[in-house]
Amino acid sequence: MWKTSAYRLNFSPRDGQSVEVHGNMSFYANSGQVQLYVDNMQPIGEGLLFQEFLNLKNKLETEGLFDPAHKRSFPALPKHIGIVTSASGAALQDILNTLNRRLPLVRVTIAPSQVQGSEAPASLSKSLEALNQIADLDLIILARGGGSIEDLWAFNDEKLARLIHTSRVPVITGVGHETDFTIADFVADLRAPTPTAAAELATPVMLNDLQLTLQTLRSGLLSAIEEQIATRSHQLELKNQDLRRLSPIQRVNNTIQTLDILRERLNRAMRQQLQRLNTHLGHLGNRLETLSPLAVLQRGFAIISDAQSGQLIRLADHSSADQAVQIRFVDGEIPARLNPSDQEKS
Amino acid sequence: MTETQPTSYEDAFKSLQEIISKLENGELALEEALKLYEDGKKLSDQCASLLEKAQLRVSTLGADENEDIQF
Repeated sequence: MWKTSAYRLNFSPRDGQSVEVHGNMSFYANSGQVQLYVDNMQPIGEGLLFQEFLNLKNKLETEGLFDPAHKRSFPALPKHIGIVTSASGAALQDILNTLNRRLPLVRVTIAPSQVQGSEAPASLSKSLEALNQIADLDLIILARGGGSIEDLWAFNDEKLARLIHTSRVPVITGVGHETDFTIADFVADLRAPTPTAAAELATPVMLNDLQLTLQTLRSGLLSAIEEQIATRSHQLELKNQDLRRLSPIQRVNNTIQTLDILRERLNRAMRQQLQRLNTHLGHLGNRLETLSPLAVLQRGFAIISDAQSGQLIRLADHSSADQAVQIRFVDGEIPARLNPSDQEKS
Repeated sequence: MTETQPTSYEDAFKSLQEIISKLENGELALEEALKLYEDGKKLSDQCASLLEKAQLRVSTLGADENEDIQF
């Protein structure tokens, strides 16, 4: 093949690859050589491997192994994830990094497996079976990093395909790159384009989502208890109002008020009575004054009484000679003695 | 098993949801409501702490059975 033609090739041919070529042949009669001059070359689409692949795909499809009705759904929040892949591959690190970033709550069990070469299909099957023994496993990621179609060939194994189909635990495949499709992809419950994407599909709910949900729930808890307390406060306030309305204190207060009014009336009535009596007394005093004998003394009369007995001597006839008397004037009293001779004369 | 507190995030979260439903709908005695709230508070703290401290726990089949590799 000439260099100029080789430049135009859109792939790099490898040892053992089946290709279709175009060119011309030359025979050298002298040396007995045959030369094949290739001016164009392309991989054979319908190569042996590909034909095998298609045959198996058709067979399994006919058997119903790819039936969408058989595909199972995955838990939104897996607790335990199994991984079948190479222990040393970048795919495993990609998956673990992705899981740790998205949902570090999860438990991971790795079933290390060969993912390339003649031992690989049996190794993959064994790992898959081993993971199916774990009771609480939520899902299995079956993965391998990118490679040539030959590298990924183990994932086109018929026995593996049937194991995936009968797997108790649902399986996500993440094999090779976006453009690679294997039998395992078709039969799996879910096909992811890459190992990282498989880890993403396995964890639809992320830690952030959980934190947000939890935050909402915490607010919910708080408002629930606040509501509980608010309802009671309100009920209590209503009862308090009832209590105040029905309280005997109110009745006592009413009674006290009535009592005050009565007392006020009593006082007023009493004052009026006293005033009336006082006025009456004044009148009596005046009348008494006018009747008083002292008023007579005022006018210049005097009262003569017996000094011994204090008896008034109203009539001359009642007096005796030499009688000791008291004479009362308006301004005081003086003792006196009646003249005996005067009495004789009269 | 004397363990009464759920230990997995899912269990704690579920219990928390149940408690809130009860608090929201139930005719509860105050004491009961407060007890539920306390329990709910503990559960939500537990959930938050589980999320905060969460670390991928990785073990490998065929490796030492009891050795859980901390990621």
